Amino acid sequence: MKKEVIAMLLAGGQGSRLGVLTQDMAKPAVPYGGKYRIIDFPLSNCVNSGIDTVGVLTQYQPLELNSHIGIGVPWDLDSNDGGVAVLPPYEKSGDAAWYSGTANAIYQNLSYMESYHPEYVLILSGDHVYKMDYARMLDSHKKRNADITIAAMPVPIEEASRFGICVANEQDRITDFEEKPEKPHSNLASMGIYIFNWDVLKSSLIKKKDQKNCDFGKHIIPYCFENGLDMFVYKFEDYWKDVGTLSSYWEANMELIDIVPEFNIYDSSWKTYTKTSGFEPVFYCKESKVETCIVGEGSEICGEIKNSVLGTNVIIEKGAVVEDSIIMSNTVVGGNTKIHKAIIAENCVVGSNCNIGVGEEAESKLNPNIYNSGLTTMGQGSVIPDGVTIGKNTAILGKTTIQDYIKKELPSGGFIVKAGGHK
Amino acid sequence: MRAIGLILAGGNSIGLKDLVKKRAGAAMPIGGTCRAIDFGLSNMSNSGIRTVAVLTQYNTRSLNEHLNSAKWWNFGRKHGGLYTFTPTLTRDNNWWFRGTADAIYQNMLFLRRRTEPYVVIYHGDCICKIDLNKMLEYHEEKGADITIAVKHLDSENELKRFGVVETDENNRVIEFSEKPMKAKTDTASMGIYIINRTLLMQLVEDANQRERYDLVKDIFIPYKDVKNIYAYEFDGYWRNINTVESYYDTNMDFLRRDVRRLFTAEPTIKTKIEDLPSAKFNEGSDVKNSLIGSGCIVNGEVSDSVVFKEVFIGKGAVIKNSIILNGTYIDEGAYIENCIVESRERVAKNEEFIGKEGEPMVVSGLRGRLE
Repeated sequence: MKKEVIAMLLAGGQGSRLGVLTQDMAKPAVPYGGKYRIIDFPLSNCVNSGIDTVGVLTQYQPLELNSHIGIGVPWDLDSNDGGVAVLPPYEKSGDAAWYSGTANAIYQNLSYMESYHPEYVLILSGDHVYKMDYARMLDSHKKRNADITIAAMPVPIEEASRFGICVANEQDRITDFEEKPEKPHSNLASMGIYIFNWDVLKSSLIKKKDQKNCDFGKHIIPYCFENGLDMFVYKFEDYWKDVGTLSSYWEANMELIDIVPEFNIYDSSWKTYTKTSGFEPVFYCKESKVETCIVGEGSEICGEIKNSVLGTNVIIEKGAVVEDSIIMSNTVVGGNTKIHKAIIAENCVVGSNCNIGVGEEAESKLNPNIYNSGLTTMGQGSVIPDGVTIGKNTAILGKTTIQDYIKKELPSGGFIVKAGGHK
Repeated sequence: MRAIGLILAGGNSIGLKDLVKKRAGAAMPIGGTCRAIDFGLSNMSNSGIRTVAVLTQYNTRSLNEHLNSAKWWNFGRKHGGLYTFTPTLTRDNNWWFRGTADAIYQNMLFLRRRTEPYVVIYHGDCICKIDLNKMLEYHEEKGADITIAVKHLDSENELKRFGVVETDENNRVIEFSEKPMKAKTDTASMGIYIINRTLLMQLVEDANQRERYDLVKDIFIPYKDVKNIYAYEFDGYWRNINTVESYYDTNMDFLRRDVRRLFTAEPTIKTKIEDLPSAKFNEGSDVKNSLIGSGCIVNGEVSDSVVFKEVFIGKGAVIKNSIILNGTYIDEGAYIENCIVESRERVAKNEEFIGKEGEPMVVSGLRGRLE
């Protein structure tokens, strides 16, 4: 089979700075904006851009991703002709290796790509929230006769040292490439989205196959640059978010409830597709109150919700108050429970008469580099007993009982992480 | 499953008045998300029927759009499939479907080529959740030629809208009258039948010879003493949406938790999923005892109402006791009470529509007028 362009979507990363949220799923599988998961954005971009062959590379905790992607039905990627393929690491004769880096992962799937005889390969990451027409990027790649095109966006210069930086001339030709430079010479940050001519990709991956932890930004791109290939940037100035930390994740969700959000999911010309678990309308009881929220399908709201993003099939019982929070799908919040500034993952049960997100902030005893923005974070499948108080910068994972709390309280900075917390 | 399905979706449902200007009764939106025909299709799919034909002729665009893929209901595998049959011109026939029996007659080849012994016939506007396997078991147990699903109704007024049957102590149908002025029993035919496939072919053929075209009036009623027709009692939730009032009431039923739970419990009623974003509630929104569909943006007040997908409700707008169909734009300060607002309408700023209680007003034709 012949395809002009295929996409390879890197979805194996843990996203460790999301703490308990990525305890048992990879970052691309983390829910976003109520009903979506992060990977829905690059996958929907592919189909909206006319790319119908996508390899999804998984490694870290792939169960959630596998069941989400399935055979690709929600994105119309259940196709006889291309479609989606989930590509985990596999054993080869005399050899078995995990994916040790982004480029190494692609290298280990050369034969998958080969089977489509592509002219171009689009490399994507499953970690970002954005809408982008890859077809335009490909047009620009072809028009310039490029070997490699790198999507890049301008970032504030003081943040540039966190990224791979492209220095480009007026024709957008890359004149220098700096990986996380101390003194950046440009503010054009690589978005980790590359279009390669197939022969260039194949030969450079083979050339660098023995490179330890072979990575695009660190090894392949510099290698290609040193070898004088024709490399261009494709500038992108729209919304693009790396929701890599709890606070950026929380903020990006909250931005969606602005009157006209910068990232507009209500735009019908560029739909985001997802596997939907609920399609029924939201029900509001007589006692409910709702303001500035996004509420997923099938939810039942009998309490008060404000400035929050709710997933599908969420139940908020009578008298409960949810504010400035993210409540993911299939979670139940018990009656008269107050929740302030929390991220509560899927399939959680929060008891009644709880008080969550209260008190003064205190440094996290679990990991102050992760839990530092005043949020209460609960991992998938957590259970909170009735009547407990939970402070800020806290983390909970697992089915907790009243015995796990001291005087019915988890003070700020505390955590309860139980083995087998999931499902 | 040893049956194939036929869904009758061809009628013009005059009882729905202006609401069927845009679509057939079977395509009427229900419960904030589905369409009427989803219930028939899902009941068949959930009961293991793999091959279903929808017979339709009246205003079919909307219905055809809905049926654009069979996969929503799990049809369209290698085995079986979902077929839509509309009248076609042939060398021997240039008629529309002249009635339900004629619709079947004109698609006789579909029946002839199947091998399943039974046919389930289902009216596209009947809203319920029924296990057709159980009904089929009953059909076989009784050795029936035809089995009719029936439901006891309390309201005499309601009964006038349906076929009414009288049965003997074995549940055999001894009397069957279509929409009687005065019903003799409280037992209404639900519009769901099981009939042996070869018998159906014979009876329809025979009716055609007599130039008779209606399944109930020209086949079931005249044959009631000759064939074994049994009534199958169903005691679950059942509604038929053949009038504006019943359409309104049926939608309002979905504000009840028990009704919603009935249809969302496994096996669920399935519908076409459109991947709309979740509903959004901005500052100033206030929603009470209501259903709000996907993709809605709410800035105003909604109470005791069902709002379908992609409806925009402007600031200060008030919606009470109403049904707002999909894609409607309601501008700031509008007031809507006891209404059914058609799909894709545009209610202007501060405009008022107030219907009578129990007699909802159908609001339509607003788009395209001079503002």
